[in-house]
Amino acid sequence: MNQTDLWTVATILGMTAITVLTRSFFFLSDKPWTLPAWAQRGLHYAPIAALAAVIIPEMVMSQGHLIATWKDARLFAVAAGTAWYYWRHGVLGTILAGMAVYLPLHIYLGW
Amino acid sequence: MKRLFNHPDFRAGVNDMAAVAPGIAAWGLMTGVAMVKSGMSLVEVLLMAILVFAGSSQLAALPLIVAGAPMWVILATAFCVNLRFMVFSAHLRPYVMHQSLWKRLGYGYLMADLNYVLFTRRFPHPGTDPAVIAAQEAYWIGNCATGWVSWVGASLLGIVLANSIPLSWGLGFAGILALLGIMCSLATTRLRAVSAGIAGAAAVATFALPLKLNILVAIAAAVAVCLLLEKPVAKPAAPASGDAA
Repeated sequence: MNQTDLWTVATILGMTAITVLTRSFFFLSDKPWTLPAWAQRGLHYAPIAALAAVIIPEMVMSQGHLIATWKDARLFAVAAGTAWYYWRHGVLGTILAGMAVYLPLHIYLGW
Repeated sequence: MKRLFNHPDFRAGVNDMAAVAPGIAAWGLMTGVAMVKSGMSLVEVLLMAILVFAGSSQLAALPLIVAGAPMWVILATAFCVNLRFMVFSAHLRPYVMHQSLWKRLGYGYLMADLNYVLFTRRFPHPGTDPAVIAAQEAYWIGNCATGWVSWVGASLLGIVLANSIPLSWGLGFAGILALLGIMCSLATTRLRAVSAGIAGAAAVATFALPLKLNILVAIAAAVAVCLLLEKPVAKPAAPASGDAA
């Protein structure tokens, strides 16, 4: 293990402050203020958009490029997880079904 | 405080998060492993695991810290990777503004992606009467505390087991599958599904943007397209004088 560097510790504290600042950014001001109605409606589409934006690249890209093969364990795991979700409606089952497909393909076949 | 812990919505918040905790834990575990393998010292790794509580900004910062990048570059990176949380905070503002500033900061700190998604799924509108407001606060605390324990606990386990879990197994994919399940649970209307499709395509198309800004671009694109596709809201009564928007 390396030596602890005070500068790095300060950076980590700074990153913690950034987490607090960004997650409470619009909580900071006490001034009465509300979003315009269209923005409030629009925000109802934001949660699912944020999820899709985070996970879809993780499913279909590697090294910054779209994958060009179907021999990728992730595709089969996503199919299995989605099928489970619409069959049984459970997130835990989605994870387990997906990993049950993913791990053998990934570890044994190298997909 | 006790009132909140005994509230039935505290349980509900715990249960909703517990259902996805294995995915979050697998992700936290791999983040713990990655932090140790980056070559930071044990003190640094532990501090980061316990305090920062933002997986994507931790993973983005690791290579910069190891390369000795200037502090402002690392903090600016963390800020940009976290920009989506500012959008979430705009959405959540009406739910928390009755609290003191310190509480708002604390509640915001713990509000990670999944908590936001689960919270807004359960409470699409901010409460107006005290009973609903109390339920929302209880759910928020139960949900966020469960998320914190699963993430930080798993990160610490990953730090301990760093040398026995190869990153090549790809256990972290369980985190993606957890988010996939939540995404399916949110896709309850056609426009929501469109939002997911647009955001996914935009995130892939703009993946080359630095600092994970593709996520922000994707959210903006999806929200804009859905607003355009929405049926026009029925106007109440035509205004008497001509001040149409």
